[in-house]
Amino acid sequence: MELSRRETLALGLGAAVMALVPFRANAAAADAISAFTGGAEMADGGVSLTAPEIAENGNTVPIEVSAPGAVSILIVAAGNPEPGVATFNFGPLAAEQAASTRIRLAGTQDVIAVAKMADGNFAKASATVKVTIGGCGG
Amino acid sequence: MISRRDFLQVSMAASALYGASGFGNWARLAAQQSLTQDQLLEFETFGNISLIHVTDIHAQLKPIFFREPEVNLGIGNAQGQMPHVTGAAFRKAYGIEDGSPSAYALTYNDFSALAQAYGRVGGLDRVSTVINAIRADRPDALLLDGGDTWHGSYTCYQTAGQDMVNVMNALKPDAMTFHWEFTLGSERVNEIVEGLPFASLGQNVFDAEWDEPAELFKPYKFFERGGAKVAVIGQAFPYMPIANPSWMFPEYSFGIRDENMQAMVDEVRDAGADVVVVLSHNGFDVDKKMAGRVRGIDVILSGHTHDALPEPVLVGKTHIIASGSNGKFVSRVDLDVRDGQMMGLKHKLIPIFSDVIAPDPVITALIDEQRAPYEAALSEVIGKTDSLLYRRGNFNGTWDDLICDALLSEREADIAMSPGVRWGPSILPGQEITREDIWNVTSMTYPNAYRTEMTGEFIHIILEDVGDNLFNPDPYYQQGGDMVRVGGLGYRIDVTKPQGQRITDMTLLKTGEAIDPAKTYVVAGWASVNAGTEGPPIWDVVESHIRNQGTVTVAPNTSVEVIGA
Repeated sequence: MELSRRETLALGLGAAVMALVPFRANAAAADAISAFTGGAEMADGGVSLTAPEIAENGNTVPIEVSAPGAVSILIVAAGNPEPGVATFNFGPLAAEQAASTRIRLAGTQDVIAVAKMADGNFAKASATVKVTIGGCGG
Repeated sequence: MISRRDFLQVSMAASALYGASGFGNWARLAAQQSLTQDQLLEFETFGNISLIHVTDIHAQLKPIFFREPEVNLGIGNAQGQMPHVTGAAFRKAYGIEDGSPSAYALTYNDFSALAQAYGRVGGLDRVSTVINAIRADRPDALLLDGGDTWHGSYTCYQTAGQDMVNVMNALKPDAMTFHWEFTLGSERVNEIVEGLPFASLGQNVFDAEWDEPAELFKPYKFFERGGAKVAVIGQAFPYMPIANPSWMFPEYSFGIRDENMQAMVDEVRDAGADVVVVLSHNGFDVDKKMAGRVRGIDVILSGHTHDALPEPVLVGKTHIIASGSNGKFVSRVDLDVRDGQMMGLKHKLIPIFSDVIAPDPVITALIDEQRAPYEAALSEVIGKTDSLLYRRGNFNGTWDDLICDALLSEREADIAMSPGVRWGPSILPGQEITREDIWNVTSMTYPNAYRTEMTGEFIHIILEDVGDNLFNPDPYYQQGGDMVRVGGLGYRIDVTKPQGQRITDMTLLKTGEAIDPAKTYVVAGWASVNAGTEGPPIWDVVESHIRNQGTVTVAPNTSVEVIGA
C-alpha cells in the first residue's frame, strides 16, 4: 500500500493546484493602479487587452495590450501576491502603442491594463484568465 | 436572407425519418421494412453548394450502439436551450414520435428495446454509401471532417491512427480540423498531416514558442463550388494543452482566439469569399458564443460536444450544425449562394442505421484489411453484461461506473476517478463484452491507471475544478466533456454556484463517513495529463475486472445528488 515518492510525484498534480480558488483583486492591485492614475477616473474602451480565457500554462501566459494614443500602459495581475507586472512607456516616435509579453499567474484572476493617454486621461480593460488542473472533454 | 419556407424544409428533416407505421412491433424486420435507405437519403437538392459534415468519429470503423445522454445540463443562458434538452423534451421540440427511428437515434429512452429493433448505427462503409449518394446528386460536394477521427479504438491505437487515415483518405475529405489527433504526439501528427491529400485547418493552431500561426496548419482554404467562392476556416479544439497532455505536443498552442477568427473572416471576405463556413471543434456552446461575437460566418459545422441536432441553431445570421459522434450521423447541408451572399440553407441530419444503409463494399474491404492483423485480439470475449453499458451523461454512465468499480477492486483504492469523456459506444444487456468493446471506451495514448494518496481537501479541489470546466456560465471557460466520474465517493453538486461552492457533502461510500479535508485517501484513476504517470493501462485493469466477474451487473448510481438544474 505504500506509495513510492516517484509514484506520488508522477501524479504530479502539484502544489500550484492548491491555488485554484479564484484570486480576488487585492489591496495591493488597487494601490498599484491608483499610484499610476493618481486616483483619476478610468474610462472603459480605448484599450484592448488580449489574453487566453484559460491559461495553457499559468507560469507563462501570453498577453497583448494596445491603446492607440497612449503614452504609458500599466499591466496588473490583480490576484498575484505582487500584482505589478509591467509598465510600458511609449515615446512620441513610437509607431504604435502596443506591447506583448508573458506573465505568470498564481491562479485564476483578472489581468488589468490601464492606459495613460496623451491628454492625461486614463482608460482600462480587464480579462479573466482561468488557471485550471485540466481534465478531459469530448 | 433565410425565408420561413427554407426553415420549414429544414424542420422536415426529422419527420422525414418516420416509417409508414407499425412501430408497435419491435421485431427488427418490421423496423427495417418501414425504414429504407431511400428514405434516409431523401433530399431534394437545393441551391448550388453541398457540404457533408462528419465529426468526432473516434475511430469507430464498424457499426456500434450509441446511447445519447439523459442528463446534459445547460448553465446560464444555455439552460433549456439546445443541445441541453434530452429525452421526451427533445422529442417534443422536434416533433419526434416515441419509439420512432428518430427517437432511437436522438434520445436515450427505451434504448435497449429500440436498439434490438433498429440495430447498430454507424460504420464508415455505410457513411461512404451516404457520401456517395450525396456526391451522385452534387459531384463537387465538400466533405468536411471536424476531427477526433484518429483516436478511440484498439486498431487506431496499435497503428497510431493509420487505420483511420487509410479509411478516411478513401472517403476523400476536402478539409479537416483536430483535437485528439494531437495525443498521438506532435511528431506523429506532423508526419500524418504532411502526407494528407486534403487541407488541415486550424486558425487557432499556433506555435507555442513564438505565439504565431503554426506553419503546418492553414487557417482556411478556398473552394470554387457552384460558381461561388467557399471559404472554409478551421477551428481546432481550443483547450488541447489543458484537457489533454501538453507534453505530447509542446510545440503547439491553441485557444479560442476569436479576434484572430474575426481577422480570418475579414480576410476571406476581402479576398472574395461568397460564403464563409467554419469547421469547428469548439463544442456547441462555445460555437454559439463565437457566432455572436465574430461577424460574417454563415455556417458553423460544430464538433467536440457530440451533440446531434436535427435542425440548425441560428445565432444572428450564423447557422450552427451539430452532427453527433462515433460515426452515427452524417449532416448534409445544401446552400444557395448568389451575388456574394448566402440566400438559403437546407439541412438534414442523416442517422446511419447500419441495417438499412447498404455498406460500400470497397470501404468494407478496406476496413477489414485494417482490422485483419488484430482480429483475434479484437474479438476475444472477456465477459458478458446484464446491464446496458453506456457513457454519456453529465455525472455518470454505466460504463464509467464499471471502470470505477474495476479501479477500486483491481487497484485496492478507497476512491476511483475516471475522466468525463463523451466517446465510447454502448453495449446492450445480454451482450458479450469483447476486448474491442473495452478498448472502444478506454483507448488513448496516456492510459496508465495511477494509484496515489490525496487529501480530502485536494479531492474537493479536483471536483470543483472539473465542475467549473463544465458548469461555468461563460462557455469560453468551459472545456466540454462531462464531470469526472467517481467511484467509492458520493457528493452533492449545486450547478448554479461559483467555483469553490458547488461541491458539498462528500461521503466515503464504503464507510458512509463524511470526507475529512485533512485525511488522506487512496485514489486510483486514469488519463492523467501529467507526464510520467505510472500504472498498468486502464484496459488491462478493466479486462481483469470483467474476467473476474464473468457477467457484470452495474447497479443504478445514486451517489451524486444534483441541485440547481
